Amino acid sequence: MNKLLELKDVSFTYQTMTDEITAIENLTFSCDDGQFVSIIGPSGCGKTTILSLIAGLLQPTSGSISFEGKKLTGRNESLGYMLQKDQLFPWRTIEKNVLLPLEIKGKNTPENRKYALNLLEKYGLKDFIKNYPDQLSGGMRQRAALIRTLVSEPKLLLLDEPFSALDYQTRLSVCDDVYNIIKEEKKTTVLVTHDISEAISMSDIILVLTARPSKVKSVHKPQIKGDSPLRRRENPEFGSWFEKIWRELN
Amino acid sequence: MKKNNDFSPRHALYLKKVKTENAIVWILRFAILILGLLLWEILAITGIIDSFITSCPSKIITTIGTLITENNLFYHMGVTLYETLLGFFIAVFAGYAIALVLWWSERCRRVLEPYIVVLNSLPKIALGPVIIVWCGSGSKAIIFMAVLIGIIVAIITMLNGFLATDPNKILLLRSMGANKFQILTKLVMPGSLPTFISMLKISVGMAWIGSIMGEYLVSRAGLGYLIVYGGQVFKLDLVMAATVVLCILATLMYAAVALLEKVVINYKK
Repeated sequence: MNKLLELKDVSFTYQTMTDEITAIENLTFSCDDGQFVSIIGPSGCGKTTILSLIAGLLQPTSGSISFEGKKLTGRNESLGYMLQKDQLFPWRTIEKNVLLPLEIKGKNTPENRKYALNLLEKYGLKDFIKNYPDQLSGGMRQRAALIRTLVSEPKLLLLDEPFSALDYQTRLSVCDDVYNIIKEEKKTTVLVTHDISEAISMSDIILVLTARPSKVKSVHKPQIKGDSPLRRRENPEFGSWFEKIWRELN
Repeated sequence: MKKNNDFSPRHALYLKKVKTENAIVWILRFAILILGLLLWEILAITGIIDSFITSCPSKIITTIGTLITENNLFYHMGVTLYETLLGFFIAVFAGYAIALVLWWSERCRRVLEPYIVVLNSLPKIALGPVIIVWCGSGSKAIIFMAVLIGIIVAIITMLNGFLATDPNKILLLRSMGANKFQILTKLVMPGSLPTFISMLKISVGMAWIGSIMGEYLVSRAGLGYLIVYGGQVFKLDLVMAATVVLCILATLMYAAVALLEKVVINYKK
């Protein structure tokens, strides 16, 4: 398999008036095409900073990040970012929200619009394209947010605790939903979370980080059988993985 | 969104209750107005209060009548309305534009912050004599006063609205590759539309304060002029009549903004 993303000895330090804080220290990991990688760690360990580095919105203080074998210098062009909460714009209809990345990139062409509408239709939002986000349920909004990240056909998806704002019941089904769409569209994904079971049920690889300054503490490959996160949660192996990672985090 | 025809009897009962309550509120509102006016009139007629000092509803109505037929009330209304609207629009547009500049450049914002704070706390009426010297004693001075009173509040309200933009949404747009101009036009400006509407509402009030205060200082026409003139010659009927007309105009202007709000912000449930 091809290496899509590679971080080598990446460190990141930020400045405040009173202090110089090393958020990330010598972080090394890589991610193959089509893999689902989860990053899990204690809260405040700089998980979101890692995503900003991969997105090219921040530059590492030292070390290097390469994407598709090339060193990343500016913003990463072929990437979709999904944040906590859906961040849909309430004044735009679902359709306009989903087309936003195309507008920003100046690629709002008939073909691209058709691709976006196809995605909306494929994932059951066709009847809601003229609705405003407030009129949709939490799960549907999250799905719309995912489609928004897919319309610019990114090679890599970054998910920053995308389910944390949902209640438990919705969370399980949205997690399944998002996972299936990602697999269907064959996207490589880096997920940042503090939810251990979410990480185990979705990922091919789990990176456990230490507290700040973050380093990789351990790497796990759960590879639990089951075709969806919900099925995997039912697998007996799930419990032992959970305990193993839980112990490492504490 | 439920259609109107599939309500259960219980829901119909609930709706009826809400509607009755609304009707009662409206009836009470009018009752207060009518009772107040009646009481005022009766006290004046029976001589318990002196209508030379307090005026009374019937006299106010006849005064408005004579103002229309003999004293060109519509001309005075036109003058005040012109000054208020011009002051309002200049304050709103300039205030919005300055707030945009301050949002765009953090350095600019930091440099100008103390000036805005001082100008905001300064009672603008204190600048009256200066304004008269600069602009003369005509409409120009009054419009200048209205702009001066309105613009600072417009800037501060709008800037706060721009700065309240969700940083996560900005991060999202940046990850899509948006530049600052796109962040402004796709997110900050549409996102602050509710703030813009409340800024308009505040500015309506500010423009009226500015124009009437301006007319108190210098004027030969307008509703503020009628009020000051009436006070000076002790014609309280005139003062009250002009105030009533002023109330009606100000309410209409506020209602226009409230209507605009309904048209512009249509995405809320």
